[in-house]
Amino acid sequence: MNIDSIKNGFVIDHIKAGKGMEIYRLLKLKKLECPVAMIMNAQSNKMGKKDVIKIDADIELDMHILGYVDPDITVNVIKDSVIVEKKKIELPQKLTDIIFCKNPRCITSCEQELSHEFILADKPRRIYRCIYCDAEA
Amino acid sequence: MRHLIDILELSVEELDSLVATANDIIDSPEKYAHKCDGKKLATLFFEPSTRTRLSFEAAMYELGGNVLTMADAGSSSAAKGESVADTAKMISCYADIIAMRHPKEGAPLVAAKNSTIPVINAGDGGHHHPTQTLADLLTIHREKGRFDNLTIGLCGDLKFGRTVHSLIGAMSRYKNITFVLISPEELKVPDYVKNIITDAGHSFVETVSLEESMPSLDILYMTRVQRERFFNEEEYLRLKDSYILNTDKLINAKEDLVIMHPLPRVNEISVAVDNDKRACYFRQALYGKYMRMALILKLLDIK
Repeated sequence: MNIDSIKNGFVIDHIKAGKGMEIYRLLKLKKLECPVAMIMNAQSNKMGKKDVIKIDADIELDMHILGYVDPDITVNVIKDSVIVEKKKIELPQKLTDIIFCKNPRCITSCEQELSHEFILADKPRRIYRCIYCDAEA
Repeated sequence: MRHLIDILELSVEELDSLVATANDIIDSPEKYAHKCDGKKLATLFFEPSTRTRLSFEAAMYELGGNVLTMADAGSSSAAKGESVADTAKMISCYADIIAMRHPKEGAPLVAAKNSTIPVINAGDGGHHHPTQTLADLLTIHREKGRFDNLTIGLCGDLKFGRTVHSLIGAMSRYKNITFVLISPEELKVPDYVKNIITDAGHSFVETVSLEESMPSLDILYMTRVQRERFFNEEEYLRLKDSYILNTDKLINAKEDLVIMHPLPRVNEISVAVDNDKRACYFRQALYGKYMRMALILKLLDIK
């Protein structure tokens, strides 16, 4: 399978197989007009199978989203068809309006203008909790 | 400016200081009778809780302050569609401190983020109720004289009981605490609360038998097992009496056991137990008022 190499943009690599579409949705890549390639179940020596996303535009990537979905992914920054930087992803401390609280007893369920904020409550277990009701994401 | 939304926002040193202030208020109430002269507490209760509201209002009056009450806030501002944020901004214009009760979890935090005066969470749904925990802590301190080396039995609905979760969180910060978690299978303490205990290096025992646990306990914290929490009626009928404390169940208890309950009690403690010197639950309600006084002074930064 051939996909054109990109000139200026990003290759989001080593995404756990099956997580690519979640990143695609959360980053709202559907709205971009530039070429975007979503490769699913690509072969990987390290992971067996992986997903890869290529974006041929210098957009502002939300690292919090990437870190939340999969902190083990790699982001390669491409300039003039060359990798100029490999960004390290970390679990974000805080998520704002990326995920939404599903607790019907939470104040966010009835006050629509409130941001849905989650904080990293337990790093080893990767648990995020709503700042208002402590519900687990 | 400080608020109090969750008991864990207070450090152990701050809790100790609040307990010391409350003890001083009990010993010398006259010293505090005019500390809040000219100050106003707004009690915003979006759901009824007469006991908690009266305790806050009594606390403010005993400090010499005044009270603005929105006892039916749920049927006034909220019914008109006003947001919690707007209500908090508006009340900030009139009062010096807010005590808020709200059925939705996190509502007092929204108020705190939008208020220019301190906000005290007076209970947000089944979530936090930090001033109940303050009352519990002063009770433990006054009745046992210490916060460490205690075996604390918590009995009843340990799954949904917010007072139980907050007390476990607060007591886990002291030394050498053993928790005995007494509940039906359906109402066991959630895992994340057990993690708080073990992460703090304490141990816990889970059991379904109140009677078997009794001899080891220094403190017994009773809560109500509600019928609607059970999956089936048979199970409820089988278990409901096991979690009712009566004088027979106290036969093997320690002489200096402290029996606590956040109140209101329905039938989970037999009225006959009230005459036992180990029954502390009405004193616990009184201690709640003193801790609310200490808290109001702290948040208003009045020495």
